[in-house]
Amino acid sequence: MSEKELGKKWDRCLADGAIKFGTGLGLGIVFSVLFFKRHTWPISLCSGAGLGMAFSNCQNDLRSSYLLHRSQKVGLCNKTHSN
Amino acid sequence: YTAGGSSGAAKVVAAGLLTVGGGVGGTILYAKWDHKFRAAVENNVPYSDWLLGLALGPAYQGDIMKQVRMDSQHVWVIIADSVVAPHTELPLRERPVEEVAARLAQQDQKEQDTLSSVSASLEECLASSAKATLQAIGAQEAAVQAITQHIHKLKEAMEAEVPPPEKSSQWKDLEAALADRTSAVNDAETALLKAKEALDSLKSEIDKSKGLKVSAVRPLVLAAEENLHNMVVDLDRVVTKLQSAESESKIVSQYSDLVNEAKLQFQREVSSLTPEIQANWKGLTGKLSADDLNALIAHAHRRIDQLNRELAEQRVREQIHIDASLEQQKLEDQKALEKAVLTAVQHIKEDTRLEQERKLSELREVMEAEMRTQLRRQAAAHTDHVQDVLKVQEQELRADAEQVLGSKLLEQETSYRQLSQEQLDNFTLDMNTAYARLKGMEEAIDSHVVAEEEARKAHQLWLSVEALNYSLKMADADSPTMPLESAAQAVRDSCHDNDFALALATALPEESLQRGVYSEASLRARFNALRALVRRVALVDETHNSLYQYFLSYLQAALLFEAKQEAPPGQLCSEDLDPFRLLSYASFCLEHGDLELAAKLVNQLRGEARRVVEDWLTEARLTLETRQVVSLLSAYANAVGLGTTQAP
Repeated sequence: MSEKELGKKWDRCLADGAIKFGTGLGLGIVFSVLFFKRHTWPISLCSGAGLGMAFSNCQNDLRSSYLLHRSQKVGLCNKTHSN
Repeated sequence: YTAGGSSGAAKVVAAGLLTVGGGVGGTILYAKWDHKFRAAVENNVPYSDWLLGLALGPAYQGDIMKQVRMDSQHVWVIIADSVVAPHTELPLRERPVEEVAARLAQQDQKEQDTLSSVSASLEECLASSAKATLQAIGAQEAAVQAITQHIHKLKEAMEAEVPPPEKSSQWKDLEAALADRTSAVNDAETALLKAKEALDSLKSEIDKSKGLKVSAVRPLVLAAEENLHNMVVDLDRVVTKLQSAESESKIVSQYSDLVNEAKLQFQREVSSLTPEIQANWKGLTGKLSADDLNALIAHAHRRIDQLNRELAEQRVREQIHIDASLEQQKLEDQKALEKAVLTAVQHIKEDTRLEQERKLSELREVMEAEMRTQLRRQAAAHTDHVQDVLKVQEQELRADAEQVLGSKLLEQETSYRQLSQEQLDNFTLDMNTAYARLKGMEEAIDSHVVAEEEARKAHQLWLSVEALNYSLKMADADSPTMPLESAAQAVRDSCHDNDFALALATALPEESLQRGVYSEASLRARFNALRALVRRVALVDETHNSLYQYFLSYLQAALLFEAKQEAPPGQLCSEDLDPFRLLSYASFCLEHGDLELAAKLVNQLRGEARRVVEDWLTEARLTLETRQVVSLLSAYANAVGLGTTQAP
């Protein structure tokens, strides 16, 4: 069902976003805890990165149907002598 | 015009009219008299028959013929009159062969009879006459012989100086001889008479048979005549001999008579002298005395004187006597000559006649033979000719008969052939009709069967199509129908000889067969569900497909309101291609059951909306396809069913 695809995509997006955000958050927290003396910027950075990645993924996912792959690219040639 | 001219013209006209009238009148009159002329005129001059009919009455058709017949009858009558009486009843009727033959046979028979009778009679007569003649001849000869004998004896007696006893014996012999002679002569005479009688009868017989005019008798007659002639000749000869002998004897007898007379005289004298002496020479010798002897001698002397005187007288009268006797003799000779000449002439005549007759008969025979040969030749020629003619006739007749036979046979054959052909044709016709009918019946039955089959098949098809239809209709709200494979298979089975239906059946989309199709209601519901989604992604397309666009399109969808359903126009313009509009149109169409138009309208979506709707569209297309095919099939099945159903 093509109409469910969008929904699925949104689900993936959300899921991916959540994961990426959570992972980013987690990593951010980890990084902030470990390396960046509990600053909040690695958390927001990583979560933001995560979100951004998720956004990008989501966008790509949503666009993916419009992307032309290399295999799909078809060359046009005018037939000069045809019967 | 001058009077003279007019009178001249009138004269010319009158003359012309007169001529014409005269010619016509003359023709008519002559035609009245001569029918042949009339016929000729009628033949040659047109309309003359009308004119002549008017003037004279119709021409006799049989007139000319009658004339001709009358003429011929006259001729026949004439001929008939000239013909012998028995033939008058039918002139010139050819006597039938049998009659002719009978007549000829009769004639032959008669001839034979006459011939036989004549020959018998002739033979008889001949025999009798021959006998008589022979007898006569014999008698005559005997008579001649007797006469000669007598004469001889007489001479002897007269001249011979024999002794008296012998003389008397001589005289006796003489008398005997005389008696013999007389008897012989008489016999000869009677025999002659008889012979003459017989000859006369023979002659009469011959004449009679000559009078019969039968040709076959002639040789007999001729022979008889010859015999007669011979006999007559012989008889005559003998008679002449006899006559000569008689004449001689007459002389001698005369002489002897004279002598006897003299003797008698002497005797008388002697007897007168010596009466007692018998007048017998023989007796004289022994009985005479000397006186007697002297008297006798004297007498004798006297006699001698007398005789001398007589002799002298006689010598004197000798010449006269001789002349007279010569005359007499001449006369007698003449007579005898005449008689002899006559008889000789007669004989010669007879001879010549007989010769002539013989020659004639020979000639006749020769002629007859020749005629016979000629007749035979003619007969042969005639038979040849007749044979030829008969042959030719036979050939002609045969040809004719064969022709007739051939034509008749041909006719018969053609008629027979025609009849048989007719019969055959009729039979063939009947057979053909029967066969045609049979064929028709068979065809009808077959067609019935076929029609039944077709009907059954159509029915089956219809049923299967109905089943298909039903299975199409029997779809739940959200799940597709059962796979149409079985129904389609059923349809395919029920129409495996029908290309159209088969094509249609195979045209069913694979998806529908395997998976089934969604019903319209489900599609409608789905569309309704889809609508919201399509509204939300209305702005997203190939170029604008970032998340921002998504956000914007979501925003638009939240803020834009369009009519729930809107009737689509007949033609879409560029403004109608707005997704919201399209959705409302499609919704309207769907609400009104027009899935096709809805699908068409939905097909106009572009971009992400399109992508979202793609499945629905496919489903709709599928459904539409299936529905189309099924509807076609059902229409076809209906048509076929209608076609095969027989109106009551």
